[in-house]
Amino acid sequence: MTVMNMVEAIRGALEHELERDERVILLGQDIGRNGGVFRATEGLQERFGEDRVVDMPLAEGVIVGSAVGLAAAGLVPVPELQFLGFGSQAFHQIEGQVARMRFRSQGRYGMPMVIRAPFGGNVRTPEMHSDAHEAKYANSPGLKVVMPASAYDARGLLTEAIRDPDPVLFCEPLRGYRLIKDEVPEEDYTVPFGQARLARDGSDVALIAWSAAVAVATKAAELAAAEGISCAVLDLRTLVPCDTDRVAELVARTGRAVVVHEAPLTAGFGAEVVATIQEEAFWSLEAPIRRVTAYDTPYPIASIEEYYIPSAERILRSIRQVAGEG
Amino acid sequence: MSATEERTDGPVPDSVLAPDGTLREGREPAMASEDVLAAFRLMLLTRVFDERAFSLQRQGRLGTFSTVTGQEASVVGSAFALDPARDWVVPQYRELPAMLRQGFTLERFLLYYVGNPVGNLMEEGVNLLPFQISLATQVPHAVGLGWGLRHRGSDGCVITYFGDGASSEGDVHEAMNLAGLRRAPVIFFLQNNGYAISTPVAKQTAAQSFALRAAGYGFPGELVDGNDLLAVYEVTAGAVARARAGDGPTLIESRTYRLGPHNTADDPTRYVDPEELEARRALDPLNRVRAYLHAKDLLDDEREAALRDELAEEVAAAVNAAESYAAAHPRQIFEHVYARPPDRVTRQQREATADRGSGP
Repeated sequence: MTVMNMVEAIRGALEHELERDERVILLGQDIGRNGGVFRATEGLQERFGEDRVVDMPLAEGVIVGSAVGLAAAGLVPVPELQFLGFGSQAFHQIEGQVARMRFRSQGRYGMPMVIRAPFGGNVRTPEMHSDAHEAKYANSPGLKVVMPASAYDARGLLTEAIRDPDPVLFCEPLRGYRLIKDEVPEEDYTVPFGQARLARDGSDVALIAWSAAVAVATKAAELAAAEGISCAVLDLRTLVPCDTDRVAELVARTGRAVVVHEAPLTAGFGAEVVATIQEEAFWSLEAPIRRVTAYDTPYPIASIEEYYIPSAERILRSIRQVAGEG
Repeated sequence: MSATEERTDGPVPDSVLAPDGTLREGREPAMASEDVLAAFRLMLLTRVFDERAFSLQRQGRLGTFSTVTGQEASVVGSAFALDPARDWVVPQYRELPAMLRQGFTLERFLLYYVGNPVGNLMEEGVNLLPFQISLATQVPHAVGLGWGLRHRGSDGCVITYFGDGASSEGDVHEAMNLAGLRRAPVIFFLQNNGYAISTPVAKQTAAQSFALRAAGYGFPGELVDGNDLLAVYEVTAGAVARARAGDGPTLIESRTYRLGPHNTADDPTRYVDPEELEARRALDPLNRVRAYLHAKDLLDDEREAALRDELAEEVAAAVNAAESYAAAHPRQIFEHVYARPPDRVTRQQREATADRGSGP
């Protein structure tokens, strides 16, 4: 075991898969000589060459669109979008092409690719760099959406994603690249999709989150514990597939739930989680479910972003509310 | 200048055969005569198929589809320059004969349009991507495919078809730029057929020719008379040779004309001048090859009538096979969405099956 941050864990997974499977090819802006703007691919071009770690022109549409052709040629492309917010410039390729090619071709052309994309707030980036767009992709059948919250999961889920025959959008929290550190094994391992992780156990309120919001929810759970409210924190890990069984099971136990995400409220993936609880655990509920999310406004200028995305204090207020109701 | 009048202020399309089927001065055919005859057979098959399929659509037996009528020389001439064993076709949706030459079948094409998604399955070994409804999105795929073939050590190349309308999409720009950078073995085959549904070329671009764009991407652009089988073949064969030799992509603007509607739901009498259509009918690409083959004594009216009967039978057999195929089953909604489906999708499939009863 070695303690490492998320960016190191991601680099480790990429390096290991490039070594293991010669079909794996990385492509993206600034990923080669520069090693990626966050150093996620540092040293990989030197080691594997310019044909396997490919610097691409500044064009998200063809970074993803050419990956469709690379996959049809039998390769396993790992395109990087420098930021998920710019994924909109490739959305037609992701939703309309990558996600549907297996279906359209009746199984002839699977798309075993992983689209890596950093996102998320509180790192003082310019406009469009922080936006949490995961719900748009979760609503794109054929695609899987993976959102790790720890270094261990980042490595294990990325390895799983590269080996999975289906296309995966792999969202990496910018805030976690350096701040989130935990123990990662030396040996090869994978984390299966669709298995939520109980990040913290508790009996009164279930906090459900993913990606960087898991750490914030955990902080809120600590604050709540000081007030005598016991919170469990469930990290979904993957939105598609979603571990609805684990969500229902936990809420059946606590009877109260708060869902937390960095994306705006309306039509965010939190609405999906709440609807699922309503369908699967309605008779266990003792209070209305609350959502703590960004507001239904565009991502604000960086100097005031901490007022926009959920803070531990905002989550704590909702915890108090649901704990006191019913 | 009227909307679709031939531009006279730009480059002149290359042509080998005059409209009367005679070789232009100083030109030699790049195709052997028997290949021209084989190409004519595929062109005529396409025409016979279009006529039959159009009628089936009107009878409600086929869904909305686009005919090739008028563009047979453009599609067949370019497809004949490929080696189907190693080269790939990445189509839009108006290139049926190119798909057939790669090994796709009329039966499958019809099967898709009678409403079974299995029609879209390209058999293993058929070097072809499914046709593409979302315009120009296939062009980046072609670049990745060509790049991937090269990466894996193949000397195959890729031709991708798109139209004058699709050329306005951003994907075309991004794809050509990348292809130039990677010297990808790709032929960008732009069929300028005069219209994007009702929008004439003059409202699609201010440029004199689409072929001129290639200079901006660092590779050659060619302008060819798309109604001239021999010219289309020759220019495409040159592009294939370049691609195979590692010299990178080529853009070909094939200037042709859509003699039919955009698709079976379109009524071009609303926007096409009848006189223009008459003038273009006189330039029907089949006539040019027909006259050429007559002069070579490889074809005459009698032999063509016999060929037409043979092709009509071929089409009838495909229609019969497609219509006798099992109808699409609702379970196909769930097939081939994922290799490893999420539990939720599997549950939905189970519930849908249990709930269905006798109707939707």
